[in-house]
Amino acid sequence: MSGFDKATLERHGLNDEEYQRIVKALGREPNIAELGMFSVMWSEHCSYKSSRVHLRNLPTAGPRVLQGPGENAGAVDIGDGLAAVFKIESHNHPSFIEPYQGAATGVGGIIRDIFTMGARPIALMNSLRFGELDDPRVRRNMEGVVAGIAGYGNSIGIPTVGGEIAFDDCYAGNPLVNVFCLGLSRADEIVKGVAKGTGNPVYYVGSKTGRDGIHGATMASAEFDENSAEKRPAVQVGDPFMEKLLLEACLEVMQSDALVGIQDMGAAGLTCSTCEMGSRGGAGIDIDVTRVPQRETGMTPYEIMLSESQERMLLVVKRGREREVEEIFEKWDLHAAHIGEVTDDGLMRVRERGVVVAEIPTKALTDEAPVYRRPMETPKYLAEVQKLSLPEKPAVADADAFHALLASPAIASKRWVYRQYDHMVRTNTLVLPGAGAGVVRVKGTAKALALSVDGNGRHCYLDPYRGAILAVAEAARNVACAGGEPIGATNCLNFGNPERPEIMWQFARAVEGITAACTALDIPITGGNVSLYNETDGKAIYPTPVLGVVGLIEDASQVLGRSFRKAGDAVVLLGESRQELGGSEYLKVTQRIVAGEPPTIDLKAERALQRLLVATIREGLLQSAHDCADGGLAITLAECAFGTGGIGLTVELPAVAPSGAWSSTATLFSESASRVVVSVARENVAEFLARAAAFGVPASEIGATGGARISVSINGRTAIDVAASEAETIWDTALGIFFKQRAA
Amino acid sequence: MKFAVVVFPGSNCDHDAYYAVKDVLGQDAEFVWHKEADLRGADVVILPGGFSHGDYLRTGAIARFSPVMDAVRKFAAAGGPVLGICNGFQILLEAGLLPGALLRNRGLKFRCEHVHVRVEQTDTPFTLACRPHQVLRIPIAHGEGNYFTTPDELRKMEQNRQILFRYVNESGVVTDEANPNGSIESIAGICNEARNVVGLMPHPGRACELAVGSADGLVIFESVVVAHARGALTAGSASA
Repeated sequence: MSGFDKATLERHGLNDEEYQRIVKALGREPNIAELGMFSVMWSEHCSYKSSRVHLRNLPTAGPRVLQGPGENAGAVDIGDGLAAVFKIESHNHPSFIEPYQGAATGVGGIIRDIFTMGARPIALMNSLRFGELDDPRVRRNMEGVVAGIAGYGNSIGIPTVGGEIAFDDCYAGNPLVNVFCLGLSRADEIVKGVAKGTGNPVYYVGSKTGRDGIHGATMASAEFDENSAEKRPAVQVGDPFMEKLLLEACLEVMQSDALVGIQDMGAAGLTCSTCEMGSRGGAGIDIDVTRVPQRETGMTPYEIMLSESQERMLLVVKRGREREVEEIFEKWDLHAAHIGEVTDDGLMRVRERGVVVAEIPTKALTDEAPVYRRPMETPKYLAEVQKLSLPEKPAVADADAFHALLASPAIASKRWVYRQYDHMVRTNTLVLPGAGAGVVRVKGTAKALALSVDGNGRHCYLDPYRGAILAVAEAARNVACAGGEPIGATNCLNFGNPERPEIMWQFARAVEGITAACTALDIPITGGNVSLYNETDGKAIYPTPVLGVVGLIEDASQVLGRSFRKAGDAVVLLGESRQELGGSEYLKVTQRIVAGEPPTIDLKAERALQRLLVATIREGLLQSAHDCADGGLAITLAECAFGTGGIGLTVELPAVAPSGAWSSTATLFSESASRVVVSVARENVAEFLARAAAFGVPASEIGATGGARISVSINGRTAIDVAASEAETIWDTALGIFFKQRAA
Repeated sequence: MKFAVVVFPGSNCDHDAYYAVKDVLGQDAEFVWHKEADLRGADVVILPGGFSHGDYLRTGAIARFSPVMDAVRKFAAAGGPVLGICNGFQILLEAGLLPGALLRNRGLKFRCEHVHVRVEQTDTPFTLACRPHQVLRIPIAHGEGNYFTTPDELRKMEQNRQILFRYVNESGVVTDEANPNGSIESIAGICNEARNVVGLMPHPGRACELAVGSADGLVIFESVVVAHARGALTAGSASA
């Protein structure tokens, strides 16, 4: 029988069995501070206890990988002695409870993960999911999230260079805020979150510790109900100015070689950073909470160890070099507090005024956390939703459907969003948001890096395995369309309650899909984040794995965008179109149907397509390239004409089989995978088509750029014929209209 | 010639400006930390954009108390060219080196995008190389760029030809639609009476290469290089 009552254990998210494990690990009953520390470290958020057995199978190795999963972020070699350091992380739960601060601190957290590795953060991206925008609560939530991302990223001066947003009712009570950050470091100067060297001092630097965010990690490991708003005190408040100072000061300290290891205090705060650093170094850590700078009075060791106050870092410094490090922080008006020492006993020892108040083996909190192989079961809904029975004929004319899709928030221009983000600071942004993958150049080299974050919850709902494959493929394809060779990926896995066998099955299948796709496309996963319990009142979100892919562009001057460049170029479609309306934006928007199977994909064909793009962009054969995704070929073609100042297009498409009432609709709006629309200067067409044939990629010249209209015919019959400017206005203004944007 | 790029805590366009003058233009440049009392013999001073001290109070309100600002004041008083970009402009206003104030954008949201500005005067060290009424495509990135001043002050500024840049459309015409933040008289940038201190909201440092979308901003920095070569700068390398 435990020394704590059931209610106390429940409040700490621990069950009886887990409590017994704690007693065994300690050889005695824990005190309340120790119970709190176990509770946060063994929470789903910190321990990955439900997901770990599945994540083990992800491909994480590759010749370029400098740092795989397990550190604060992953790193890949990009040549010139440099490393790209990147990671994606979720801040879903806090962003529902307090949208501005939830999203802002999500940005702050991922930036810390990157500079903790010794890398200067150079670009941010985000992947967002909200409910449908006709709900005013959803609009308010989205406005807050976007403002929070802007407020933090703009202030700290890291450009937000792109991202993606999708909308569905299932996210109304569980918005997703996934933030990706990319940094650059010297390949041989990657810094680790490790504590070693007995007697080395442990420093705390940054914001003072308050009572905010206590049990944030535990909150992120539970479902929501109608009382969730009461959890608002568990959301922290961000201070981007403090983080800017920390960022600059820490990078300066790292230049000095006085540093042993460093880690940010994110989820589970001081507890997590101390025990993880100790565990990685096989060492112990002995700290005194009395020496931790506090912003409130009367804080208990329990509160100090569990606080999730933002903008705090933990450093282990070489003994004898303390003054040097302190001086750097003083320059930035930061106070580095010496709170303890590294020990050789492998124990996490916490004192208050010298008296030991907690003593736990660091491994017990980290490596020895419970691992569950939770039961799985094929969801009952699946067979039902995979059956797609289309009405006899489409309910709306194709031209009307085209307009409706242009105005659909998922497809419409996100300018209303990204113009709130500073996307140009640091003057590296080569492709502006809304024009393709985000591309940042690497100053001092000829190179650039292309970035894309993608996911499709609807596809994964209909088939998590195939949906996950499609997400990997799309992210990599987007990067390839800019000319980037995909060299590494990070994933953010957003799912419901893993204790439900159907959710666990979705999770396992999605991870299998990512594994299959990353293996086939030769893209290592270097880290990521799992967000479970995305449910409100028992209703889960769509399973939503989001992939962030980094691509290397050898010659920054060859970077490609998606927009046509001039009139008279050939428009070439790469890949094959099939009748694949299952899970499409078309069915959702025009028929209110979410059903069918997501598009099929052949990963060999996908790989050939991406290689063709990277090779021919490098050879300068292409003028533009745009991935064919949401809304199908019709929308993709239109988007190529947008932002060009009026370059239209005329194309003729063969109808996809089988013929019938749905044939032209499927030709226009099917979301068949592995397709890209490119434009090619006349003189290069023959050579490009020959290259495509050599790579085994189906390529057909479907028309030409030019004129002021978007004109698409199928088997000789006009299907869409609209002024490009009219289509662009619909697409450009649709999102802003939801927010009653004033004309200014 | 030598540029000093002042770095306040929270400056984040310091590297934009430094890169523009050093790497694109090939001039000497040095960062000067805000706690320093001396501008190290610089010929031009740039106060870059960013969020000095987090801008938690009024923008620029704390930065004006930095030790370096005494040196900047002396440098400006001696006729040395000073350019404040975005947050740097806000700091110059707070420091009283330029007239007026910057309010929150009328749309109440941060805006980052390319805009067009028209050069209204070409007899300052930062517009010397511009054609009269030249239209420049330069990005803005601010939440508080809505320029405001009193009618009396505005009249005085117009008489003295202190309005250097206005937001215009692509064809160079002032319209309400082309005004991104609600600035009075579409004002995007101004100078002091002596014409050596210039502040503007758009970021010329982010428009110095076609690779990043526009090279129209380069002429602002080239102007001061030309001015220096002509010996038109009275302060020159006066130690301040």
